[in-house]
Amino acid sequence: MAEYSALSLLKNALTGNRDWKPAWRKPDPRPAYDVIIVGGGGHGLATAYYLAAEHGITNVAVLEKGWLGSGNIGRNTTIVRSNYLLPESIRFYDFSVKLWENLSHELNYNVMFSQRGVLNLAHSPGQADAYIRRGNAMRHGGGDADWLTREQIARKVPGLDLSASARFPVVGGLLQKRAGTARHDAVAWGYARGADRRGVDIIENCEVTGFLRDGDRITGVSTTRGDIRARKVGVAVAGSTGRVLNLAGIEKFPIESHVLQAFVSEALKPFVDCVVTFGGGHLYMSQSDKGGLVFGGSLDYYNSYAQRGNLPTVEDVMSEICAMFPSVARLRLLRSWGGVMDMSMDGSPIITKGPLPGMYLNCGWCYGGFKATPASGYAFAWTIAKDEPHAINAPYSLSRFERGAVIDETGHGPTPKLH
Amino acid sequence: MLISCPHCGPRDLAEFSYQGDATRTRPDPASTDTQAWHDYVYARPNPAGPHREFWQHAGGCRAHLLVVRDTLTHEIHSTALARPSRAGGETA
Amino acid sequence: MSPRRSASGGSIDRLRTIRFTFDGEAYAGHAGDTLASALLANGVRLVGRSFKYHRPRGVFTAGIDEPNALVTILRDNVREPNIPATRIEIYDGLRAESQNRFPSLAFDLGAVNRLGGRMLGAGFYYKTFMGPAVGPLRSTRFWMFCERFIRRAAGLGRADHAPDPSRYERMNAFCDVLVVGGGISGLMAAEAAARAGKRVILAEQEPETGGFALWSGETIAGKPAADWARTMTEKLAALDNVRILPRTTVWGHYDGNTLAALERIGDHLPKTPKGHPRHRHWTIRAGAVVLATGALERPIAFPGNDRPGVMLAGAVRRYAGEFGVLCGDRTVFFTNNDSAYQAASALKRAGGHVAAIVDVRRTISEAAAALAAEAGVVPLTGQAIVETRGGRQVTGIVVQPFDAATGALSGDARPVECDCLAVSGGFQPVIHLASQAGAKAEWDETMQAFLPPAPGQHWRGAGSFLGDMTTAGALETGRDAGLWASGKKPSRAKLPETGAPPIDIAPAPVFEIRGKGKAFVDLQHDVTADDVRLAHREGFVSVEHLKRYTTLGMATDQGKTSNVPGLAIMAEARGISIPEAGTTRFRPPYAPVSIGALAAERYGDLKPDRLTPMHDWHVEHGARMMEAGLWHRPMIYGAPGETVEQAYIREAGAVRRSVGIVDVSTLGKIAVKGPDAAEFLDRVYTNMFSTLPVGRARYGLMLREDGIAFDDGTTWRLGENDFLMTTTTANAGPVMQHLEYVLDVVWPDLRVHLTSVTDQWASAAIAGPDARKVLEKCVAGTMVDNEALPFMGIVRGTVEGAPVMICRLSFSGELAYEVYCGAGHGLHIWEALMDAGEPFGITPYGMEALGTLRIEKGHVTGAEIDGRTTARDLYLDWMLSKKKPFIGSGLMDRPGLIDRNRIRLVGVISLDGQPLGGGAHIVEGGSLDDLGQSIGHITAFCYSPALAKYIGLALVKGGKARHGTRAFVSDPLRKRFGPVELVSHHFFDPDGRRMHG
Repeated sequence: MAEYSALSLLKNALTGNRDWKPAWRKPDPRPAYDVIIVGGGGHGLATAYYLAAEHGITNVAVLEKGWLGSGNIGRNTTIVRSNYLLPESIRFYDFSVKLWENLSHELNYNVMFSQRGVLNLAHSPGQADAYIRRGNAMRHGGGDADWLTREQIARKVPGLDLSASARFPVVGGLLQKRAGTARHDAVAWGYARGADRRGVDIIENCEVTGFLRDGDRITGVSTTRGDIRARKVGVAVAGSTGRVLNLAGIEKFPIESHVLQAFVSEALKPFVDCVVTFGGGHLYMSQSDKGGLVFGGSLDYYNSYAQRGNLPTVEDVMSEICAMFPSVARLRLLRSWGGVMDMSMDGSPIITKGPLPGMYLNCGWCYGGFKATPASGYAFAWTIAKDEPHAINAPYSLSRFERGAVIDETGHGPTPKLH
Repeated sequence: MLISCPHCGPRDLAEFSYQGDATRTRPDPASTDTQAWHDYVYARPNPAGPHREFWQHAGGCRAHLLVVRDTLTHEIHSTALARPSRAGGETA
Repeated sequence: MSPRRSASGGSIDRLRTIRFTFDGEAYAGHAGDTLASALLANGVRLVGRSFKYHRPRGVFTAGIDEPNALVTILRDNVREPNIPATRIEIYDGLRAESQNRFPSLAFDLGAVNRLGGRMLGAGFYYKTFMGPAVGPLRSTRFWMFCERFIRRAAGLGRADHAPDPSRYERMNAFCDVLVVGGGISGLMAAEAAARAGKRVILAEQEPETGGFALWSGETIAGKPAADWARTMTEKLAALDNVRILPRTTVWGHYDGNTLAALERIGDHLPKTPKGHPRHRHWTIRAGAVVLATGALERPIAFPGNDRPGVMLAGAVRRYAGEFGVLCGDRTVFFTNNDSAYQAASALKRAGGHVAAIVDVRRTISEAAAALAAEAGVVPLTGQAIVETRGGRQVTGIVVQPFDAATGALSGDARPVECDCLAVSGGFQPVIHLASQAGAKAEWDETMQAFLPPAPGQHWRGAGSFLGDMTTAGALETGRDAGLWASGKKPSRAKLPETGAPPIDIAPAPVFEIRGKGKAFVDLQHDVTADDVRLAHREGFVSVEHLKRYTTLGMATDQGKTSNVPGLAIMAEARGISIPEAGTTRFRPPYAPVSIGALAAERYGDLKPDRLTPMHDWHVEHGARMMEAGLWHRPMIYGAPGETVEQAYIREAGAVRRSVGIVDVSTLGKIAVKGPDAAEFLDRVYTNMFSTLPVGRARYGLMLREDGIAFDDGTTWRLGENDFLMTTTTANAGPVMQHLEYVLDVVWPDLRVHLTSVTDQWASAAIAGPDARKVLEKCVAGTMVDNEALPFMGIVRGTVEGAPVMICRLSFSGELAYEVYCGAGHGLHIWEALMDAGEPFGITPYGMEALGTLRIEKGHVTGAEIDGRTTARDLYLDWMLSKKKPFIGSGLMDRPGLIDRNRIRLVGVISLDGQPLGGGAHIVEGGSLDDLGQSIGHITAFCYSPALAKYIGLALVKGGKARHGTRAFVSDPLRKRFGPVELVSHHFFDPDGRRMHG
């Protein structure tokens, strides 16, 4: 019997739920591992899982400075999609969606990936062309995309302001049906449990304070729980990338850390079915299984490590959600929170061997890390195991900035706050 | 967050436009050192702590300010005009 | 009189009856009632159903912490769900509905979930619903099937999709001292600051200031505390430097002592007063903040603790003291501290009957014993409640001897009849705003609560916020905080006398009674003590894991009654102390905030509309307007019965044939002046401007520092040191900002001044073979012939008395001029040009025709300069000066940017006579059923009247190398596939004879 199933729930209910085992052990760190992953967030845990599951590398430790999943995996708006424009992005994120589709089975953990669709509203002919270009790129890349007319949108998403008198009237929308939402925390927990059951040590409350070196080569890490050696050290710490690289003596890097706020309303009976984005500004919104409307907008626009948002951004986001769904004005904001985003110089991630010997790096996810979790872990594990990138992450090198081979989805260039 | 503009006084964050890291130095305009240009355009210290950065008072006098702000607390340590030759000086 | 209303006492007005409905039943209450107090007065016990198990629930608190009594308000033809009945002031005609029940509150089918019982423990959904890995329900299908039912069962109230008809408002305020909370300490703080001459704002979330004084029944300065509070409030209200904001919840403490507050203005009235918003969103920038936010009582978890009739002891006291409502005929108190004795005594004084006081402590203070005697009972000490009885309301309890030190139950259990159970498990100060400001809470062993730490630089606490629950303490700490905020030393002056006996408020550390049956910790989310232990067993032991795994504290009450008990139970399970188990960092908002209020004036008016001076003329002449950023621009001027395509073909045809006119006022315009202006332009443009003669214009291209094309436009040299730069409409702001940045930061030594003059100039382009004739008819003061006004020349003159500046330049490829005038003359000049052009059939044209003309010419715009393309990609490398460095020259030659396989600009001709479609891709083969690989995409297309074909511009791999080759346009989204020819993007008059003519 699978560890988790309806039957196991029943069996445990009959014995008072006393026999459930911890989702992951709480081991003390051992002196050495084959691989250390710094960062117990979604990407780090997924990497550890795929190292064990795909490459048979199980002598692995994941080191997390706080509690597991305390970073952006637990602070996002849970959207999973691959509606990208550029071929490199489409290939990578489509691969990710495919992993998502089977993730609950793979992990024997319900991550609640619900393919409810993501609808991008277009508000001018030019914006419609841009979305159609993107949708066609997705189709040519092997993915799914549909163009909806205003009438089709009205049937699909009641409550949107589709009037001609709207400040930014809707002219159509790009729908990706295979996209949707997932339960963010469950992804971290599911990967953690899967890695743990395969022998990976997941060590919480273990902060990396320095790197052990042999010349240039990284040979392990110093932590608040002692030195730990490893042949390979993978770093997947998102917003803390700058800080961790500083510990390795790298003082400048093509990443800025910025705060992004997210919001949730009180729980409601079903209100909106799919994920909707507003093109008259920048807003994305969906409804969680619990019933809250989950939404977010742009960055707070300045470097920050504070997980602490500002009020003008709150007001901007609320203005946009009211413009999109005028009935939401009557509802109430329940919670807001801030996450620290690793904003890269072209809006695309970096998954690479290096920049020092013995080190491997996974960062630069900007807003988009959650949906990438499976593919990121898969590709990073591959890169660590084989010392070369998988085809899907080969373009996401660090050298692309020097070479001028940037992957710039928005066309905003090296202004991280705009990606 | 309030930023003290040397021209206009303390003003709300919403009046300003963030212009990013202020520690970079632009290579000589005629330089052909791609690495130097790369560092100028792409490399950032991104510190957790005091950060030297530019803000433009876009909704006010439009001057660029050199601000030292802590990225862990958002506390502003100092504000000055980025182009001090024009007017004004450092404020607390 | 309602069955549970006392004959006198409280703040309600018994002479004013107010009628309202709940679930369609008519009820009456009094002015001053909340919906909760009015329902309780009417004997209504069952008011809601819980989130997960749909258990019957009643009113639990009297305030903002209410977890159970959430209702939907029906008003203004819209539904407003999830409002705590404890926060609704009743008014005539109020209509409220219960939630989360079907078909009715009394008979709810969802209660079937209770049968699932232990199968539905914390996190059960992570362990099931995955479905089969293969077969028709593989992948996400089985989960999505189940999810539909889960979603219907979850959620609380139902919102509808009708727009909110309300108006909202924003207010900015500055003050020296903001006092948050108008209770006893808040009033004292406000008075002290006001006396010191400070500008004071006092925000109180309730309708009336006074807080605890309003219902305590105590005395202050020899008079009833409620009277003292009202007198203080009147005194403060009379001062010019004090602003009192009732019904105002301060919910956010942001950086720089910026606080956010929500004022509810219309909710308690049948109709929002004319001219007022429903809610007002305050941004308060305070010099100093006094946090007098009080403390909230917390319950004890024990089996059956959620039955309607189980309430907080302080709430029972408040309902009696403030509303004259006796919550039961026989009330039992259950406590681990002395405050319940005060509540029992107060209830007795208000006319209630106290059936018993059950205290987990073996010994109690003399003061408590005296209060018990006043209440008429002998306390059952060293005992605990292990069960409640009843169905939809409590009818009795079972008590059993209890050892508070070990948590063990022993000996005989015995039942006690009651219809109300008032519970007190201690108090937790409301430290949310301090926590938001960055302070970390500290556990206090005596108070068994998280207390605020040492105050911050800009705030001080006062009153029960500090953990001191006495009235005397509130008077003193309130005054001290007010003096501190005013920069004054603490006062030694005598404080008003208080009449309350001193009692020991410190509770015994008992958070849970473990017995048989569900003991709820989070009432709204149905999280039980066993759920907390299950989370522990499965390793979800950190506070955040506990919250996320069990959903403890994530409901609309945000765990105000459940966070600390949940943490305490987890700490016990882990065998560690509560502070070791951690605390939660609070984030805004403190309490839910209406989203419309935060949008404020932008609700219904998201962004400004930018209109050119000729806007009304366009609309009056049949223009169909379109969005271009914030601007509104004519798309076409449709004649009756014309399609968009017919209209732009007609308009563009007129330009090629005779003459047309288009409003180009939206172009960005920047005045660049100063001795170094020419040098500056040489540095920011890729081409040379210092060589441009005065009175001439030149087309310029800018790159970003990374070598990617940024913007293009013409710049006119009006004088030696005086240039007028134009930018694309979309980039007007970014270009200005870019130039200001480099001037301030990179080249501060350059003597150049920049001014955005976009809105100061209006401009019209007239284009076509007859364009010169039009100007000749209306321009005075200058010649416009080829000699006086050659290509790219500039002249000044007048048109019907208004000064104009005319530049001969062309976007359409025709003989064309741009006529600039002061914005105020825009319409005047436009009409003069129309009059002058009439003999030539001058035709106004819109964006579609403008686009058509530029596509025929192969001019690029934002669709091609899209932030990813280089000058070379667009075949603009002839503009990259080799004589000087410029912004972008350092990085533009990187290998990735000069790769041959980049997508580059080409022209496209449709070979099947069908339109091409913006956003369509180019492929080398395949079909709609078998999509080939994309080699590029169409950036713009049109029907070309000049070529009599559908043509377009595209960015295609290899660019020029593909000229003359066949390919296909592939647009699966619009199901279009067809053959095309790739050609030069200069479709029409490639030598430019027409515009030079």
